[in-house]
This record gives sequence, structure tokens and C-alpha cells, in this order.
Amino acid sequence: MRSLCLSLVLALFAFAPLAAQQSVPPAPFAYRQLDNPGEEALAQELMETLRCLTCQSQSIADSDAPMAGDMRHQVRIRIAAGESPEEIRSWLMQRYGDYVSYRPEVSATTWPLFAVPVLILIAALAIFRRRFARRA
Amino acid sequence: MSWRLWLPLLAFAGFLGLAAYQLTQPRDEIVESRMIGKALPYFDLEPATASLPGAASDDFKDGQPRLLNIWASWCLPCIAEAPQLERLRNEGATIVGVAIRDRPEDVARFLERHGNPYAAIGSDDLSEVQLGIGSSGVPETFVITGTGKIAYQHIGDIRERDVPILLEKLREAGE
Repeated sequence: MRSLCLSLVLALFAFAPLAAQQSVPPAPFAYRQLDNPGEEALAQELMETLRCLTCQSQSIADSDAPMAGDMRHQVRIRIAAGESPEEIRSWLMQRYGDYVSYRPEVSATTWPLFAVPVLILIAALAIFRRRFARRA
Repeated sequence: MSWRLWLPLLAFAGFLGLAAYQLTQPRDEIVESRMIGKALPYFDLEPATASLPGAASDDFKDGQPRLLNIWASWCLPCIAEAPQLERLRNEGATIVGVAIRDRPEDVARFLERHGNPYAAIGSDDLSEVQLGIGSSGVPETFVITGTGKIAYQHIGDIRERDVPILLEKLREAGE
């Protein structure tokens, strides 16, 4: 029990800088859902495909980082103002590049990811055809 | 047995080798802003502390290039870069601060303790300027031209060796 208390106290110290970041209350729509359930669903779907910039392996929907909260606020107020999810995604991508979006994009650097499986499939089909043609 | 039987195994070994190599490489965690060369997005921020004016994007359009420093009193690397900002100020740079999620009393205490190189500091509680300009953390420093265009981004705290680079970029931005 004592060691548990000690580790809790230590954990508190370890997170002190994070606590300091949160001395200001979170953005109004960081944790508050939109009143319109349809808009909230759109926002939620978009937030799950946007990457948190300070905690790069999480989506902003999953992250409690203050900056992720500020990004959720942006997404929600923009959806409520009538912007489409793809407009908001491209607004962010104009600022942070492909990096901020988890949705796969075909671009100058990513096209091999899409082309290679197709090429392998074609090669495999060619090999199969040759084998079966030989037997027949 | 044909040597060609070994080809798939070789390909697999090559793939494993590539994966193992990439795993040992340090992860690139720097997200560069794509806003370089574009106009500073509109903002108009309240003063972050009583002793200094706030910051607005229109302030950057008077013909004089400036540094835009995104920082916070809770950010430890910001303490490390404080002396370098002081040096930049002494060399003639005008530094406008944007304090992220900060309280006025914390900003005042930081300036008292680590010096005040800023001409103005705006308070950005929602990271609006930060998101608008493509910055992904604190501290970051941008060179803004006299017409309000983003010319250069420095990510992370400013070290001694970065001071001449920033001064040079500032000089270029004034041309």
C-alpha cells in the first residue's frame, strides 16, 4: 500500500508539466459534444482520422493532450458552422501536410503502396496461368 | 534443385532486413509547417499579460519583418531559449510572442524570472494561431516578412547556433 502511494505521488510529479498545461480550462468544445447528433457524428468520424500532433500515435479523438482538445474544438465549431469534414481535413493538410490525416492519400511518395499490391497480383496471376496452361 | 527455389526466401529475408533496419532508425517526430511562403492567417489576440500589448496579424504588415515566437510559461524548453531570444532582441529583432494556454500571472512571473524580449504577447487559449500557422508544439519561432508573409520556421528551442541563422532569415525577409 505504501509503495502504491509513493508511486502515485511520483506519478503526480512526473505529470506536473502536463498539469501546468491544463491550468487554463480546455477549449469549450474539446470535451463537449455538439447538440445536433448528426453533426456530432460527422465530427466524431473526422476526429478519428486526424492525427494528434503532440502525441503522434493517437487520433485527436483518442488523445487527452491539450492540443488535441483544441483540434477537436476546431473540428466541432467548423462542423457546426456548416463546413464539410473534407473541407476541414484539407484545411489541416494545408498546414501540416499528409501527416495530420490518417486517411490514405495517393501522392508522389505513397503511390508505390497502392501500385505494388496490384503488380504482385498481376505477377501471381501470370505465374498461375503459366502453370495451369502447362498441365492442360 | 533449381537455384530459383531460393528466390522467395531471399525476398522474404530482404524484407525482414529492411524492417529491422527501419526499426533501428530514430523516428522523425518533426512536423514542418506547410504555410511557409503563405500569408499569416488572420488573428487578433488579447494581451497575455497586463504590461504588454496583445498581438494581431495586422501588426505584421507595416513593412518591418518580425519574429513570431510561439511559447508558454509552462514549457521547459522555453526557459532554455529565453537567453537566445534576449540576444536576438539585442541584435535588433522585434519579437512578438503568442502564449499558448497561459494565465496572465504565470506569463508575468515567467518574464520576471527569465527576462522579457517581447514587444507584444498575445494570449492563445485555443491554439488558434498555432493551428492556423501550422505549428505543432512549443516553442516554435517563425520569421514574418514586412508584408505579413511566413518566411521561415524554426522548430524547438533556439540554441546559440540558431541565432545567426534567424538573424540572416530576418534580414532576407526585410529585403
